Amino acid sequence: MTGPLKSTPRATEATPMPRTTSAQTRFPQAPRPERGAGTGRHLSFGQPHLPWWAGWLVAAVSAAAAALLSLTLGWNIAGGAVVAVVLFAIALPTWSVLVESSRAAKDRLVTTLVWAAFAIALVPLVSLMYTVLANGLGVINGQFLTYSMRNVIGQGGGIYHAIIGTVLITLAATLISVPVGLLSAIYLVEYGVRNRTARTITFLVDVMTGIPSIVAGLFAYALFALFFGQGVRMGFGGAVALSLLMIPIVVRSCEEMLKLVPGDLREASYALGVPKWRTIVKVVLPTALPGIITGVTLAIARVIGETAPLLVIAGSTDSVNTNLFAERMMTLPVFIYYSFTQPGVPAQFGQDRAWGAALVLIVIVMALNLVARAIGRTFSPKTAR
Amino acid sequence: MNRTSTRRVAVPAVAALALGLSLSACGAGNESSSSDQTNAAASSGATLSGTLNGAGSSAQEAAQGAWTAGFQSANSGVTVNYDPSGSGAGVEQFLAGAVSFAGSDAYLDDTQLASSKKVCGGKTAIEAPSYISPIALVYKLDGVKNLQLSPATAAKIFDGTITTWDDPAIKAENKGASLPSTTITPVHRSDDSGTTKNVTDYLHQTAPKDWPAQAGETWPFKSGEGANGTSGVIQAVTNGTGTIGYADASQAGKLGVAAIKVGSSYVAPTADAAAKAADVSKKVAGRGPTDMAMNVNRTTTQAGAYPLVLVSYVIACPTYKDAKTADLVKGYLSYVVSSDGQAAAGKAAGSAPLSGSLSSSASSAVKQISVR
Amino acid sequence: MSASTAVRKPRQRVGDRVFSNLTRLAGLAILVALAAVAIFLTLQGLPAFSAPSDKLGGAANLATYVLPLVFGTLLAAVLALLIATPLALGVALVISHYAPPRLARPLGYLVDLLAAVPSVVYGLWGLAFVSVRLTPAYAWLEQHLGWIPLFGGPASTTGRTILTASIVLAIMVMPIITAITREIFLQTPTLNEEAALALGATRWEMIRLAVLPYARSGIVSAVMLGLGRALGETMAVAMVLSASGVVTFDLISNTNPSTIAANIALKFPDSTGVAVNALVASGLVLFVITFVVNFAARWVVARSERTQA
Repeated sequence: MTGPLKSTPRATEATPMPRTTSAQTRFPQAPRPERGAGTGRHLSFGQPHLPWWAGWLVAAVSAAAAALLSLTLGWNIAGGAVVAVVLFAIALPTWSVLVESSRAAKDRLVTTLVWAAFAIALVPLVSLMYTVLANGLGVINGQFLTYSMRNVIGQGGGIYHAIIGTVLITLAATLISVPVGLLSAIYLVEYGVRNRTARTITFLVDVMTGIPSIVAGLFAYALFALFFGQGVRMGFGGAVALSLLMIPIVVRSCEEMLKLVPGDLREASYALGVPKWRTIVKVVLPTALPGIITGVTLAIARVIGETAPLLVIAGSTDSVNTNLFAERMMTLPVFIYYSFTQPGVPAQFGQDRAWGAALVLIVIVMALNLVARAIGRTFSPKTAR
Repeated sequence: MNRTSTRRVAVPAVAALALGLSLSACGAGNESSSSDQTNAAASSGATLSGTLNGAGSSAQEAAQGAWTAGFQSANSGVTVNYDPSGSGAGVEQFLAGAVSFAGSDAYLDDTQLASSKKVCGGKTAIEAPSYISPIALVYKLDGVKNLQLSPATAAKIFDGTITTWDDPAIKAENKGASLPSTTITPVHRSDDSGTTKNVTDYLHQTAPKDWPAQAGETWPFKSGEGANGTSGVIQAVTNGTGTIGYADASQAGKLGVAAIKVGSSYVAPTADAAAKAADVSKKVAGRGPTDMAMNVNRTTTQAGAYPLVLVSYVIACPTYKDAKTADLVKGYLSYVVSSDGQAAAGKAAGSAPLSGSLSSSASSAVKQISVR
Repeated sequence: MSASTAVRKPRQRVGDRVFSNLTRLAGLAILVALAAVAIFLTLQGLPAFSAPSDKLGGAANLATYVLPLVFGTLLAAVLALLIATPLALGVALVISHYAPPRLARPLGYLVDLLAAVPSVVYGLWGLAFVSVRLTPAYAWLEQHLGWIPLFGGPASTTGRTILTASIVLAIMVMPIITAITREIFLQTPTLNEEAALALGATRWEMIRLAVLPYARSGIVSAVMLGLGRALGETMAVAMVLSASGVVTFDLISNTNPSTIAANIALKFPDSTGVAVNALVASGLVLFVITFVVNFAARWVVARSERTQA
């Protein structure tokens, strides 16, 4: 077994796995294998192995070498870290090739690269969070969260009006986009398989993701100006503009998630005489729910920070407005943008408020995220995942 | 089965409803709730109430914030909204009748003035200067303070002809300063703006040989560093080395500010110097008494005047269809051009208050606003 | 009566008919919305074809006005995807297959956090933090790799280059790609994975043979969504990029190509008349670009699936 596999490692490629969704063999109750617990390397028992401490040793050696290099050549920490990772990614697979096999070496290389990608992705996250927290945390207090900017010059004031606006407009946009998006996704996956309308919709949804946000705002303005006359400003218009940006994300993610629901489940349900619509509502949707919720929260997160369309249609004001259908409404992104670009004198107060508002906006999105996940966990069928 | 499905729908719906209700139930800590506003106005004896909407110049935003606050404090039933959507957009909306007044960094051109008749009931619009701000040439160059520049040198720096700080032309004007050989990175606005138009106008008028490009909202070259908005320019100049840009003087912060050559001496951007330059400027010919459009005298040699200024206007109709709007516009704009309003803007936005004569003629122009 | 409702169905029920029509209605609503946007863009953009050159920022006609912007838009988006896609797939794999399950969920939250950051904040962060940190790197690139035209320089002293903008864009795009691919990786049939492992495959071979083929269509969709955001991102690019509207492959100088969306945001506030129409026309071009890119991607996926089958 080892011989042929080792000499012709490509042999396994010739037998691709079945990958059609209709012939899925996954059962929701099936136990998942323990992932990531270091059980990946299933080579034969006779194969020589690197000792368990090999990774740590190589890591320590490459870190030391990189530190030495950066000290002598005067690089900064970032440069040293890059060198250390590169050294590690070369040294460990090389060792593995010598002792184990080229396949194991490749596996170790990929593992290193994948974790390196993850570490790189964390760098901006940490630095962003640090920047926002360091600048914004000091600003937030009771007054900042409960006051508006009405009649405030210079220091003081708050973002209550912008929080209200953001929550209401985003809520309205979600109420428009989720039903439309989810139902469209159901149509695409469950009803419109291989029909022309469905293919057109799929394609156009992709195109819709390319609407620049400011164009969505201009469109919403033009649309509402038709009905309410020139110069119309209302929160609901902002919600419509945001829906244009949200719907394609909701459709795309829901579509992918629905596609992943095994066909067996549907067929089992039909076999029990359950009508199709009830199968979709009772079996397909709950199975796909965690993924759908991820998609919807992603869509909300994507639009809640939109500035450009709201500048055009929702306008800006210093006072609280709780009516979605009349007059200007302040939102957090618009508030951040104006506070930062037109801070007044001295610039410090306005810019502090901008960072504080940015922090609040991120916290709101995170809270939404957690709530959505909690809902998802309550209602989704209990799987092993 | 039915009960569970009802619950599934009901729970999020109730949650959403509760959230919405709890939000609309309470107003901001510093505001009387909207239903009380009219009562409050009535009891305090103020006569004005309602919502007044304006849009336009983003340069005016901080000042408009101060005016809004001052006006709303005096008339608690009033809400003034100012969209700092840009001069062009503001004027366009005003001409379409979408907002009651506009703020603009440029006065209306003849076509716009003619089309203002349509929205203003046959009369042309009122234009009054409201916000005068010196534009500073800000730079970051370690060890160099009190940089002095003539218009010709400034033009050569901004168009990329002069590339290093130790250029003989700069040295000749800054005797005694130790200028390094650092490369100059000129920073300009990447967005269209009235500030750019005033800078290019100044350079074109004072150094036409070195700056042949006409004045315009768009930067005429595709070289140099572009940055979005005043704050973007400030940020770019601050982050770089050997950078120089232009921005409202009030936003310069810790950056170096160059003095520019006027006549035979160098003048730094101050509110007084800017007001002086506005005073020596001439009205645009052929405009009526309520149209105070002016061409800033860039080539003035008046001692102590700083001709690199931005003059921004408020634009309104002489007559409005309903009395409420007319009263609101009249009241608000009267406050804007009054000495109180100008002082408030000076404090909040660092602008130069209108001089006594400008302020009084602006006041009399705004007083004409009436109902038709 | 369309054929779709007849599939697999012994008899028509009222509930089924109502539900299927409801879903189709939702799909058609999307068509209508998109058609309305397209009509709006076309109507508003048409006058720009006869725009005088002073309304087009000095360009002779609409084509010479829009083309440099198209170049910049594509350059920034492609760079961003080149950076983001490998990172995003790596992160998704860590969460789905490499990290211990106990750790995977919090890691997922962490990356979702990135998606939650509003674009204005990315703009602020890119302006105040990223660009400043990258200036030494650009100086180094110019010095050591200056012979490659991409790094020809002169290196920007403020760091606000198209490469910086692309990096910021990549970070904005990454969580979108990660979130979707992660869900799909997690949905790979367990039996397929176990079969691969049982045949003696290493973890990487298992992923290559069982997970990646299964997820390919999803990965393409996720990347397309990311591309959509990268193409259309407005505020962050407008704030971070030092845009001059030139056409150059030099990634590290301070004169950079501008992008369509950023250009609209920068020019719209102070534009009047035909200049606005020209901006809307450039928006229409962006629309068409997305159309073409998506079409190409669909075609590639369909073709590779056919050769696979």
